[in-house]
Amino acid sequence: MKSSGIIAAAAILMLPSLGVAAESTATLPTAVEKGRALALDTNKGNCIACHMMGDGEFPGNFGPPLSQMKERYPERSVLRKQIGDATILNPKSIMPPFGKHGIISDTEIDQIIDYLYTL
Amino acid sequence: MKKTIQRRLFTGVLVLMTTMLSGPAYAVNYQALVDVDVRKFQNYFHKEFPQVKLEDFSSGVYALDEDARKQWMEIEEFPPYELDIEAGKALFNKPFANGKSLASCFPNGGAVRGLYPYFDEKRGQVITLEMAINECRVANGEKPFPGKKGDLARVSAYIAFISRGQKIDVKVRSAAAYKAYMKGKEFFYAKRGQLNMSCSGCHMEYAGRRLRAETMSPALGHTTHFPVFRSKWGDLGTLHRRYAGCNENIGSKPFDEQSEEYRNLEYFQTIMSNGLKFNGPAARK
Ligand code: HEC
Ligand code: HEC
Repeated sequence: MKSSGIIAAAAILMLPSLGVAAESTATLPTAVEKGRALALDTNKGNCIACHMMGDGEFPGNFGPPLSQMKERYPERSVLRKQIGDATILNPKSIMPPFGKHGIISDTEIDQIIDYLYTL
Repeated sequence: MKKTIQRRLFTGVLVLMTTMLSGPAYAVNYQALVDVDVRKFQNYFHKEFPQVKLEDFSSGVYALDEDARKQWMEIEEFPPYELDIEAGKALFNKPFANGKSLASCFPNGGAVRGLYPYFDEKRGQVITLEMAINECRVANGEKPFPGKKGDLARVSAYIAFISRGQKIDVKVRSAAAYKAYMKGKEFFYAKRGQLNMSCSGCHMEYAGRRLRAETMSPALGHTTHFPVFRSKWGDLGTLHRRYAGCNENIGSKPFDEQSEEYRNLEYFQTIMSNGLKFNGPAARK
């Protein structure tokens, strides 16, 4: 009984610092983090299978390296098209139509674009 | 656009000429139509990989990458499918309950790889080696081997092994055969599945490129060396097992082993490799 009381007290004491830790991860650029995870997830974007992308290991080379995205794609809407349905820009594209086929939602596409803009 | 039209016209004229030369106008020479496709298909790969000799396309992806090829040659010195060939030989000669055996169904001591696949004009469908093996069993009162791996693949491996070096020369002799061929061809070029990808996309347009860490094998030579022992599977598998895997990878529902779809696809793919030699079984990653 006594010892568990001590643990409980300790837990309460620790709470503020936990709170701070949680807050600091929350203020991390989460959209970018989520976007990066989606871009690497083999069941979602799996962009790395075809594109060199940041420090992702064993990138494929079906498509061009995804780098300097802000400079090359100042218009967000172009990237939305490319990811949502690549065949709009290139009817013969082998890149999967992630949005059109419901593999990635609009919100997720935006998160991926946030990540691409860090590259 | 203009070029394609010209080429089509040219093909049309060629076909017309061959038809006229080979008999009455209504007897279309389907083989000539198919031969035009074969030439186009093989030329595509010659242009893409001028350094690779035609016969080397039977080594799959190892025809394209010297380092990978060396590693592979070392593996093939002590092949992981050796015991499977032995087991396949035993199964091939093992008497059925009625005293006959698989050996009684096949001519030439079983060295028949080069006869398959073929279009059976009477039955109106493509017959593959695996199908013939199981039909022999059933005709003799035995149960068919279950599909895609195990004993079926072992017997297929043994037959492939004793047939090594036989030439691929699959014919299309009738309207019905041509229809089966066309179905296989459409399958090969059609985009499908959640990822909307085609066999030709990965194994023609992007052959030699890397999908993650995997180099894409050229479709020319795809069917020469099956069944394969894949280290990823840890055992032997048929061509149709591989087809199913590639279908699944793009989020499309695979067809059954020996389904009509896959037999037509095998027919088309093998015809595209006409002129190469059978060299199965083989080891793959
Ligand atoms: C199966 C292969 C494949 C996958 C998977 C793939 N792409 Fe692509 N991507 C391509 C190819 C090929 C191109 C070249 C243009 C075209 O054909 O559409 C391309 C082009 C692009 C471009 C334009 C590139 C440039 O530099 O002009 C962007 C941006 C892009 N892809 C982003 C992505 C993102 C983000 C993902 C994941 C959500 C992804 N791709 C997944 C094959 C792929
Ligand atoms: C997303 C890309 C992709 C698509 C689409 C695809 N494959 Fe594959 N395929 C692969 C990869 C990766 C491998 C393993 C590496 C290699 O040998 O090419 C492979 C291997 C194979 C092999 C074995 C090659 C060998 O030498 O052992 C065959 C045969 C094959 N594919 C046929 C097909 C057919 C037929 C289709 C269409 C139904 C198809 N593939 C669609 C990616 C693909």
